[in-house]
Amino acid sequence: MSNSSSSSRAPLLTLYATFVYAFLYFPIVVLVIYSFNGSGVGGFPPTGWTLDWYRQLFQDGPLWDAVLNSAIVAVVAVGISLALGLPAALALDRAQFPGKVLFRRIVLLPLILPGIITGLSLLMLFVAIGMKLSLVTITLGHGTALISVATTEIFAGLQKLDRAQEEASLDLGANHWKTFWSITLPNLRVSIIAAALLIFTLSLDEIAVSFFLIGRDNTLPLEIWSRLRRGITPEINAISTLILAFSIATILIWYRLRTRTASAEEAGAQLLASTLEGEHS
Amino acid sequence: MTSTRAENAAASVRTDSLLSIREVVKRFGSRPVLRNISLEVASGEFLTILGESGSGKTTLLRLIAGFEQLDGGEIWIGRDRLDQIPPHRRPVNTVFQSYALFPHLSVFDNIAYGLRAKNIAKAEIPNRVAQALAMVKMSEFSKSPPARLSGGQQQRIALARALVNRPGVLLLDEPLSALDANLRRQMQTELKALQREVGITFIFVTHDQEEAMALSDRIALLRSGFLEQVAEPRQIYGQPASAYVAQFIGQTNLLRADVKDQVARAGPLIWRTAEISRQVVFSLRPECIRLVARGAMPRAADDSTARFRARILNQAFGGAMDTLELDCGTRQTVRARIASPGPLSGEHEFEFRAGDAIAVREESSA
Amino acid sequence: MYTRAYKSAVTVPPLLWVTAFLLVPYALLFCYSFWSVSAQQTIVHNWNLQNYVQLIRNPTYLSVLFRSLRIAAAVTLLAVLLGYPLAYFLSFHAAGRKDLLYQLVIIPLWASYLVRGYAWKTILGSDGVLNGLLQYLHITRHPVEFFLYSPFAVVLTLTHIYTPFTFLPIYASLEHIPRNLVEASHDLGASPWSTFRRVILPLSLPGVLAGATFAFVLTLGDFLAPLLVGGASGIMISNIVVSLFGAAYNWPLGAAISLCMLLLVMGLLFATERLERKLTLS
Repeated sequence: MSNSSSSSRAPLLTLYATFVYAFLYFPIVVLVIYSFNGSGVGGFPPTGWTLDWYRQLFQDGPLWDAVLNSAIVAVVAVGISLALGLPAALALDRAQFPGKVLFRRIVLLPLILPGIITGLSLLMLFVAIGMKLSLVTITLGHGTALISVATTEIFAGLQKLDRAQEEASLDLGANHWKTFWSITLPNLRVSIIAAALLIFTLSLDEIAVSFFLIGRDNTLPLEIWSRLRRGITPEINAISTLILAFSIATILIWYRLRTRTASAEEAGAQLLASTLEGEHS
Repeated sequence: MTSTRAENAAASVRTDSLLSIREVVKRFGSRPVLRNISLEVASGEFLTILGESGSGKTTLLRLIAGFEQLDGGEIWIGRDRLDQIPPHRRPVNTVFQSYALFPHLSVFDNIAYGLRAKNIAKAEIPNRVAQALAMVKMSEFSKSPPARLSGGQQQRIALARALVNRPGVLLLDEPLSALDANLRRQMQTELKALQREVGITFIFVTHDQEEAMALSDRIALLRSGFLEQVAEPRQIYGQPASAYVAQFIGQTNLLRADVKDQVARAGPLIWRTAEISRQVVFSLRPECIRLVARGAMPRAADDSTARFRARILNQAFGGAMDTLELDCGTRQTVRARIASPGPLSGEHEFEFRAGDAIAVREESSA
Repeated sequence: MYTRAYKSAVTVPPLLWVTAFLLVPYALLFCYSFWSVSAQQTIVHNWNLQNYVQLIRNPTYLSVLFRSLRIAAAVTLLAVLLGYPLAYFLSFHAAGRKDLLYQLVIIPLWASYLVRGYAWKTILGSDGVLNGLLQYLHITRHPVEFFLYSPFAVVLTLTHIYTPFTFLPIYASLEHIPRNLVEASHDLGASPWSTFRRVILPLSLPGVLAGATFAFVLTLGDFLAPLLVGGASGIMISNIVVSLFGAAYNWPLGAAISLCMLLLVMGLLFATERLERKLTLS
């Protein structure tokens, strides 16, 4: 539990921290600046300010098709992940059954497993059942991989839920189903929205799993990827800047939501550390 | 006069009982929490289940409410088997220790919740809610969100939310423990008055023995999953069944006495007794010990009083009564509570009536 | 309190889905690794250990595997060296600005991997920003080649990606250290450095372990960074797998390598968990 820490001076440490921040933001800043650079992607210093690349971007039909594809995939992936992550979180919180620990590990595994393994194994599944690769297979892949995110977020929300409220609801005569709708779900609202935001963003950016499940239609990252094969263009800087702006906005909203009920370090670390927590369910 | 477990059980059986707890057993894993508890609760009575933490009192309450399942025994309500009914269909309502008000619903909706769950006629709901609010004197808070209420106010709403459903039995799980002392006393009075007015059976759980004595028609004292004694407050105080009860309820001195020829001896304390066993433990309440005024007549011939000399080790001022710690030459100190004696020191004479020394069972039979 | 029906309702659907879309695929992976590909480019279900033998015997695969392990180790080390002091700074020296600074770290964390990888690509190339800057400042006269398309570029890019990953659990574990322990240590006469070494560092080790495991595992399995900035000399083991599922068409062999990776990851997780439990109990 963090007590208020004294802010004592530590000049070397502060310098080092500044350096790390600079390192983290340097490529991002360069990318954004050069999306407005008259002479394109490389070189130094940047010459002439221009919006040409953005204009070019907005006329780029196939790219926006890919954006639409990504958006649809992301929305459906949110649906799948929540629809399965919510019961999974409830199961982990409330049910005792043989193999529960194993269940937990398997659900959370895609979080730490390199995307290539998840992607390849799903590819083999789809080939085995004769399903053609398409946006559908990508959506199924995202949905599956991101259940772990939904489960973790909602599980955290369940921990904060006062069990007595559900007992009170039963006590007052509402059955389990009604209790779930009237009491449990409203209390989980913040967690569910936070999970949805996170899953949406992660799905939009997802490339490792999608790489293997792609059919004829591209998602945005895959579209960018295929263009990269042909060479770097400042238009890619432009779309990247837009992607960054969107991600940043979403992440900040997510952060606000989560820190309303949890402390900052819980919000972020929850996601990563939960896979390693073993018996902490 | 010691009472056995069987006599306890007999004392707790009533012919007009509403709730019948029979041989209830509960375990958490391998750890036994309730061991063959049998208890009858009369219709309209205020029963308190009293005990330390870990005694099993909350578990018993939760079994009645339906949040835990029995491992053995039965619970009956009237002619129905209660423990086989799922919690949301039991004619029982609970006031939770944490109040458990729904934060996303207004006070009105909180109270109406149970009515709506039972599909009570829409037109009737506002009336019943208003009645319930009036009962707990919170009528002006109908539209408030619970978060804006103080602890005491939330407690009243929790009460109203439960009572509005007119349950056969109301369960209260340490509802006053989060309140400060003054508010607590006030709520105790109101709660008692409310129960009399409404006439519903209250089963009240607490660890505070003063609270139990103030409120209850009967007290059931639990210790480590066993029922130590079930009796009215005056009886449980005046005739504790065991040393544990004597010490838990109120304060007492436990005197280990040797008994011979109907005279009990514990150090310099000597008194007449009807006990026959050689070694007996007696409970003597501190307020039964009186200070003998200097120069009072010796009472040698009067057998019903016992006198002894003791040195005052410590005197704690307590407003109406002082608590004295006395050294009478035995290894243990004796506590006495005297009404405002003024500052005392040195050796004094004390006395108590022989009948005030109650023989108690030492260990509760396992 | 929860009925059997309730528990079944919440357990069964995710269980079914996970079985269908995680367990069965892993099982397929397992099976494939024991099959082979025929000359006609079809999969033959002839259950053998050839793929594994090939793995161990083939010097190319082995050297790429070792390079991958070296890169993963380097990235992990650097990410911890960058992430730990940052976390420490935020936890102990940031007071009022903690919230803002924390948000500044998680932004790069969740910003697109591809975008960040691409950014480094544009920076490190011979026409890139870095070379341009160096030439502009007259530090070099010709573009430096090895910035891009080298293991160096891969390490740099992945360190950038995974430093926020290591930051998070380290920060969480530092925040969990009650401040009065630090005060007690000072009270007993220990210097700040000594306090760090004997109180703070040991208590933060579980977080370090968690972060390091993530960085290591995810770097090891990464194939995108090598494709973006690695060039021929920056190939990692997952790239071999990708090509086996692509042009080189040998799914069984690819499956075998993937399975090894999967087992390695699970083994590492298991070991880390054990270690973490020992650390937190002691």
